[in-house]
Amino acid sequence: MILAPIGDFPEELLDRLSRRTSIPIGPSRVDPAIAWNSLRCQYDSTRLLAELKALYDGEVIGATVCDLFIPVLTFVFGEAEMPGRAALFSIHRLRQEFYGLPGDAELLENRALRELRHEMGHLHGLPHCPDWSCVMSSSHSVERVDNKEEGYCVSCSERLGRRMTFA
Amino acid sequence: MSEETLSILIVDDEQVVRDSLVHWFTEEGYEVDSSVSAPDALAKLAGREFDLVIADIRMPGMDGIELLEKIRAEQLDTGVIVMTGYASVETAVRALKHGAFDYITKPFDPDDLSVVVRNALEQHRLKRENRLLRQQISEDHASLTELIGQSEAMRHVREQIETVAGVDSTVLIEGESGTGKELVARAVHRLSPRRYNPMVVVHCGALTETLIESELFGHEKGAFTGAQYRKKGKFEAAMGGTVFLDEIADISLKTQTDLLRVLQEREIVRVGGTQSIHVDFRVIAATNRNLTEIVKEGRFRSDLYYRLNVFTIHLPALRDRYGDVPLLATHFLDKYSKQMNRKFTGFDRSALDLLIAHHWPGNVRELENIVERAVVVGHEPLVRPADLALTRSPEGADDLSIEAVERRHIIRVLEDFAWNQTQASKALGIDRVTLYHKIRRYGLKPPAKAVRA
Repeated sequence: MILAPIGDFPEELLDRLSRRTSIPIGPSRVDPAIAWNSLRCQYDSTRLLAELKALYDGEVIGATVCDLFIPVLTFVFGEAEMPGRAALFSIHRLRQEFYGLPGDAELLENRALRELRHEMGHLHGLPHCPDWSCVMSSSHSVERVDNKEEGYCVSCSERLGRRMTFA
Repeated sequence: MSEETLSILIVDDEQVVRDSLVHWFTEEGYEVDSSVSAPDALAKLAGREFDLVIADIRMPGMDGIELLEKIRAEQLDTGVIVMTGYASVETAVRALKHGAFDYITKPFDPDDLSVVVRNALEQHRLKRENRLLRQQISEDHASLTELIGQSEAMRHVREQIETVAGVDSTVLIEGESGTGKELVARAVHRLSPRRYNPMVVVHCGALTETLIESELFGHEKGAFTGAQYRKKGKFEAAMGGTVFLDEIADISLKTQTDLLRVLQEREIVRVGGTQSIHVDFRVIAATNRNLTEIVKEGRFRSDLYYRLNVFTIHLPALRDRYGDVPLLATHFLDKYSKQMNRKFTGFDRSALDLLIAHHWPGNVRELENIVERAVVVGHEPLVRPADLALTRSPEGADDLSIEAVERRHIIRVLEDFAWNQTQASKALGIDRVTLYHKIRRYGLKPPAKAVRA
């Protein structure tokens, strides 16, 4: 599995996420411009996911600063095949600045780590978890991202372990 | 993870919307299916139950509101949320007036969608739970009040029910048709720790071998011609409750083998499937035939028989507890008089004599039908012999032995004197001690009031 930047992504943050998850950084191959939707002024997440799958051979998680959407939702923090080999997440709405607040690099890194691990769980077949503290709990707002822990609950860890053993 | 996966049907003519929502709700942990149109959705709803339907308002042909109307008209037990890309107060009001749970405008805020869906499913769950509890209360009432009888045999049955209900053993109920085997099964279930989960009933005798397999174990989509949808079997549907297998002697040897495996391993594989599914249930089986004989004839597996025959309850035939006939007849008379708003107060003497003298080959069910008919055709306040559609039992089965005639005569005289044994013995021309011994010998009890188990 590799962590691949989509377009420009803060290098330092990518390095720290890579170190904390032990996922190596791969080359940047996807141009986010192909997924731009001028009506919504956002990037089509599903289109980027398809592009990631087409341009990389193995398991890949894309990291982007672009504001992502799927047609029926106003935004998404990320999207993944479940199970599959491609996923992506965005830090656009994880930044304090998006909500009119002063920037906070540490908070952003912790939120990004949770989203990365969340999408990784989906890649390995985990659905959302009813345990609010589990990183696999659904997070439809940044407050929910902050509420959860960085790790998987016992039940999800077991399922993840089982799945990864089989993989 | 929740124990039961909730199911959602997405109805939208736009593929991108269907795909996005199916993907999103799958991630949320729901079981999701989609339909391209309202007629397609109705076809799917006819085949299986969904907990929630999320339908677009604007679709070619039948629109979302019409779909909602059809769902309500068919009284399908599913919540409906309507969605549209064009927000307007009029359409929202129309949708809600037609019974939609809520109304949402595309694109949705993920958090809003999540909350609306969660609330709709919660409301659906509460409705279902409410219906189930109402049903359980009425079943409780029916089960406990209809196990009527003061005879020693019925008292023993009630004791056995109380003994076995609390432990999780398999129960085998033996008894002729119409003796109330299903009532006993319901009473065992209602008094057991599994009472908050369903009791599912399988009438084995009414099903062919293929049907019974599908009925018991469920099937996967495409498992056989006509299997358009995946269907859960009764063992899965019991969800921790009780599976009542009526007429167990009628199942084929192949199904007996499958059933034995399920009882031993507590796992099933749906027809056409490969995955083992763990199931939690208690089995109560019933038969109106002599299973031991059928085992001897090689038509019933002995190992399955021993698995089922952990605790046996034998239900007496009505002719073996004549003393309960007046009590049961009065109970059914009250029941149907109330139901049909008639003013019957009882049976006249000769009508009661006829009831006591009858052989009752159809047991309590026959008695109930006879009394129900009498309430329809009779003239209040008393049921008369002409109101009772009694024919002599086939093959001259009415017991005309001296003993049976004496028994019925003693019951009649005792009832004439309101069970005053001194007066009854004088009328019978025997002494009190002899009457006392005869009462004990025939297991007679005064029908003072209905006994409730």
